[in-house]
Amino acid sequence: MTTPSVPLLQVKNLRIEFPTRRGILVAVDDISFEIAAGEVLGVVGESGAGKSLTGAAVIGLLEPPGRIAGGEIIFNGKRIDNLGFEDIRKIRGREIGAIFQDPLTSLNPLYTIGRQLTETIETHLALTHTQARTRAIELLEEVGIPAAAKRIDHYPHQFSGGMRQRVVISLALAANPKLIIADEPTTALDVSIQAQIITLLKKLGREHGTAVMLITHDMGVIAETADRVAVMYAGRIAEIGPVAEVIHHPQHPYTIGLMGAIPSVGDNHERLSQIDGSMPRLTAIPAGCAFNPRCTRVNDVANHRCTIERPSLLPAGKTRAACWLHDRLGQQSTAINQHTVTV
Amino acid sequence: MLAFAIRRLLQSVLVMLAVGFIAFSLFNFTGDPVALMLPPEATQADRDEVRKSLGLDEPSYVQFAIFVKNGLQGNFGISLRLGRPVSQLLIERLPATLELAMTAALLGLLIGIPMGIFTALKRDSWTSKVFLTGSLIGVSLPNFLIGIFLILIFAVWLGWLPSFGRGDVTQIGYWSTGFLTQSGLKALVLPAITLGFYPVTLIMRLVRAEMLEVLRTDYIKFARARGLTNHAVHFGHALKNTLVPVITITGLQLGGLIAFAIITETVFQWPGMGLLFIQAVQFADIPVMAAYLCLIGFIFVSINLMVDMLYYVVDPRLRVDRATLGGH
Repeated sequence: MTTPSVPLLQVKNLRIEFPTRRGILVAVDDISFEIAAGEVLGVVGESGAGKSLTGAAVIGLLEPPGRIAGGEIIFNGKRIDNLGFEDIRKIRGREIGAIFQDPLTSLNPLYTIGRQLTETIETHLALTHTQARTRAIELLEEVGIPAAAKRIDHYPHQFSGGMRQRVVISLALAANPKLIIADEPTTALDVSIQAQIITLLKKLGREHGTAVMLITHDMGVIAETADRVAVMYAGRIAEIGPVAEVIHHPQHPYTIGLMGAIPSVGDNHERLSQIDGSMPRLTAIPAGCAFNPRCTRVNDVANHRCTIERPSLLPAGKTRAACWLHDRLGQQSTAINQHTVTV
Repeated sequence: MLAFAIRRLLQSVLVMLAVGFIAFSLFNFTGDPVALMLPPEATQADRDEVRKSLGLDEPSYVQFAIFVKNGLQGNFGISLRLGRPVSQLLIERLPATLELAMTAALLGLLIGIPMGIFTALKRDSWTSKVFLTGSLIGVSLPNFLIGIFLILIFAVWLGWLPSFGRGDVTQIGYWSTGFLTQSGLKALVLPAITLGFYPVTLIMRLVRAEMLEVLRTDYIKFARARGLTNHAVHFGHALKNTLVPVITITGLQLGGLIAFAIITETVFQWPGMGLLFIQAVQFADIPVMAAYLCLIGFIFVSINLMVDMLYYVVDPRLRVDRATLGGH
């Protein structure tokens, strides 16, 4: 079983590929991270950065032709990326739950939410139908569905978006999993409801001791919810560390640019900074650091190293960043926070 | 539900009136019936007499009203060719056509749905590819050709099954059935396969396409993420959603099967309404043609009505009880 020292989920050098006619696309390239029991790890990045694929890979739901081409996923001390269909199925829902982006389409429109809940419960837990139904009502109450005993027999279309996402959360929690992969759980919802859902997720995670891998492109959601955050860029992790550190003292030039681009109410009304250019296509990821064509500090590293050699995650401040600026062992020893750039 | 049913019913009545009008026009656009009925040497007085006795001197909307009134009572006049009431002829022939069409539709469902599911779930298997290629043949080969081939193989070469007719039938009240005798069942095989070929392939391709579509949806992905077994995902969740459009198409197909059994009935000399109709066309037997048109229209409209109601039962989103729409 888990001891505090062994993380709940370990992803080691994960690589996800899509074979296409024009060659193999590497959508997720050699990423490693860990999630401790009860911890909330935010995974943030632009569309196409590989966040959702990483989440899908963990629960073994990569859509073909996508495939795990390398690395390991270790859950609860057991390797799960190479399990057979039945074995990984028993983990899905039971040990690792999932919540997807769109609550409007996550529920089968032709069945009552009660049926969908009880079938999930009965799949994983040895309960009678009556017990499963009682548990389903309890779950609905827990996620804040009013009049749960009555609402359980309603169809998804009879619920509003926010209510449906609550139902989806109750489904993900149905068998009390140790980890929930929440893939953009609030993106499709109104802002006012987003906050409710995030609060709910946080509360339930805490009460059940459930770890959450929260995938989003919304830094605000991460700041409010996560313990640690991984910033992904072009299928790689650019920076990973405690959430406060990454937000207030980002170490990777991409993260610095990202944080500079977030408006905040109390701030002075200067222009928001922006990162020029856009994330490279998977077919055209540059050599070396994937961010180098957009990086303002690419010339601060000697010998064009950024365009030749790919940086691994290096300790930087209190986080770890994949940037050669932090390579204290190598010839480069420029202090990152010293923004006196010599042009 | 009730409002929905009533609205649909009213629409059906309108459609039936339109069909009735077209059937009624047949009489007027195929020559003067009086001229057809009387010998050439009849006097104008004779003609006026007959015209009056048939109600043909009335304005056409009155004639139409009379036609509708008679039609509602099942009175479509006397067959010009056989000299018997048309409704009686149709009632005699109806069971043969219905039994054939139902068997063909059943074949379509019982074979088409499993094959569709199979080809959707095992997309890349060798068997699926064979099914799909075979179904292309089924869709593109004309009905009568399939019928003739079947006759050649099973009736002529192998001599296993009869090539025409309905075999012995048992009379149950008004209904004559071929299901109860061995020769009746044997006679049913070839025509039912011929007529069922198209629905089988159509339903198979439809189920496959729908199933593939449904398997890509978020709720299927979520059902998998919940750890449901493949069986529950495929047959519990995907299949039910797949069947919603399949119901419509099958319903429409059934109407089509009854209406277009004409060709199969002709090939196999099956004593159904289609054969009656073909013969009526050859003899310009207008009352039979008009009545057949109305009956087929009625069957189509009734089936559509039932399909709409079924839809309503299957898909909870169509039920109007929106009073319970939730908060937020």
